[in-house]
Amino acid sequence: METNHRKQWDDLIQPGMVHGSLYHDEMIFKEEVEKIWFRTWVYVGHESEVPNKNDFVTKSIGPMPVLMVRNRRGDIDLLLNRCPHRGNAVCVQEKGNRTSFTCPYHSWTFSNDGTLMNYAFPEGYNGADKSKLGLSKVPRVAIYRGFVFASMALDGPTLGEHLGGAVRTLDQACDNSPTGELNLSAGFLRHRTRANWKFILENECDGYHPAFVHSSIFSVSDSAIGSLYGADAVAVTRSFGNGHTEVDPRPEFRRRNEPMSWFGTTAEKLPDYVAQMNSTYGEQRARQIMIDGMPHVMIFPNLFIAEIQIFVIQPVSATESIQHVTAIQFKDSPEINRRLRQQTMGSVGPAGFLLADDTEMYERNQRGLEIRSPEYLYLKRGEHRERRDEDGLLVGHSTDDLPSREIWKHYRSLMEAH
Amino acid sequence: MNAKAEAAVQPDILKEWTGKGLAYAANPDHDLYRQVTQFLYREARFQDAHDYDEWEALWTDDGVYWVPANGTDTDPEQQMSLIYDNRSRIALRIRQLKTGRRHSQTPPSQLARIIGNVELLHSNGPDIGVACNSQIFETNLRGDTMWAARCVYQLRRVQDELKMAYKKVVLVNNNKPIYTISFLI
Ligand code: FES
Ligand SMILES: [Fe+2]
Repeated sequence: METNHRKQWDDLIQPGMVHGSLYHDEMIFKEEVEKIWFRTWVYVGHESEVPNKNDFVTKSIGPMPVLMVRNRRGDIDLLLNRCPHRGNAVCVQEKGNRTSFTCPYHSWTFSNDGTLMNYAFPEGYNGADKSKLGLSKVPRVAIYRGFVFASMALDGPTLGEHLGGAVRTLDQACDNSPTGELNLSAGFLRHRTRANWKFILENECDGYHPAFVHSSIFSVSDSAIGSLYGADAVAVTRSFGNGHTEVDPRPEFRRRNEPMSWFGTTAEKLPDYVAQMNSTYGEQRARQIMIDGMPHVMIFPNLFIAEIQIFVIQPVSATESIQHVTAIQFKDSPEINRRLRQQTMGSVGPAGFLLADDTEMYERNQRGLEIRSPEYLYLKRGEHRERRDEDGLLVGHSTDDLPSREIWKHYRSLMEAH
Repeated sequence: MNAKAEAAVQPDILKEWTGKGLAYAANPDHDLYRQVTQFLYREARFQDAHDYDEWEALWTDDGVYWVPANGTDTDPEQQMSLIYDNRSRIALRIRQLKTGRRHSQTPPSQLARIIGNVELLHSNGPDIGVACNSQIFETNLRGDTMWAARCVYQLRRVQDELKMAYKKVVLVNNNKPIYTISFLI
């Protein structure tokens, strides 16, 4: 089956056209797990979720759970929650603080860096080498400004090479915090959807849909999002390569030239935050950061920073996915943090004014693909007006399919690899 | 850390998800109990039938509608909740539903809910505390979904009518990934 697919990738993924089976074929999904989720860098969690030594929290790499642990030395480890004896879970708590994990089945006990400390009734093992019987660890972990990424591959590109130019967006996000640090510990909403993960991935920088999918909330609230995605918007879509894409609204915000306009408010309404920003960055730089605002970026394959919240996309099967979402909090800025949380809770998650309807669209797309014809999805919007920006990156209109095309280009290169 | 000290930082596994427990009224007044259950059934009917204006009219001006995530006794001022609406956001939620373009409710979910295990809570102030369970069957374009929740209300008499000042809905699976829930829970 695999060789079969390999031959077919150029048929399944053509410029601006992708085959429907890419969203529902279980064999393709299995291959994605191996070639994408267990190979490239994926986002796992944030350091602020495990602030103290011995804290742990359950995260995931693709469909697989992992324990993100701050071990007794204070380093982040990603442990696989599978007892090396017979496979039991060594931890069934979602999160907590502990120095060791004891398997309930036969009581093997592991240190929180994965080392096997003891097995019960050791005489029976005749001195078996404990150092070979520890919990498995995710081989590569790299942290950028608190964002913990991991790769299940022993070698490959570095995180820096993987992120490439998209690292600007992580810096942009952190720079909006007066301490330069984010806090992502407000807890995640977990939104299940009966749709392929790539519908979610592609929707994140799709600026074509908001005017229609979200017209219900735009029409009854004074949301400023709508103006970014009109036919005459000056916001752009951009590709960083490696499947990373963004909607960059800065041209619009720079035109407005009003600090905090990106957040639908004014500097006067957030005096503490503005004072903190000025003292950290100096008035001129702070003003520019507060005009530009937060990024809207989809870091392939699973980290979506949507201005004030982050989503982590988790694939479950070809037709089932989970969106994990939480409010971004700026470390030590309670004044703005309350608004960031309140706005996030209104917008996202299973009951959110926005995301309930996005998710409804994913599910309808998914069911649509059970209909046999046409075989391909059409992603050519804006092909004729793609251009290069001053950094040589591809940009398009905010409502163009450029992000989807660029995601599929990268996807194909990963799936064609051996 | 020895075993005893480590146990101290672990949550109480038996109570972690049900929360800290409620104070139930010792001798509930039967007439009040009847009024309260009638109120809850009426609210359930408005929700099932998508009678949005009627449902909104049940709220006091300072109403709080809270659907926590990841537990029962979380702090909604610090932790993410599925819904944490003040009165103006309740109104916004209703306005959105009434546009007819709230896609996840167009067509609307068909619902039948059962309210049960109604008990009055001990109260010191003027508000009437109520605890109950609800089970909701939902069918929509995606399919059929069962929801189960433990609810707590604070009801208040306003010009001789009962109103909701507070409604907390604890989905028993609020620590798991759940499908879209855009009807009134
Ligand atoms: S399965 Fe874990 S100790 Fe036996
Ligand atoms: Fe959307």
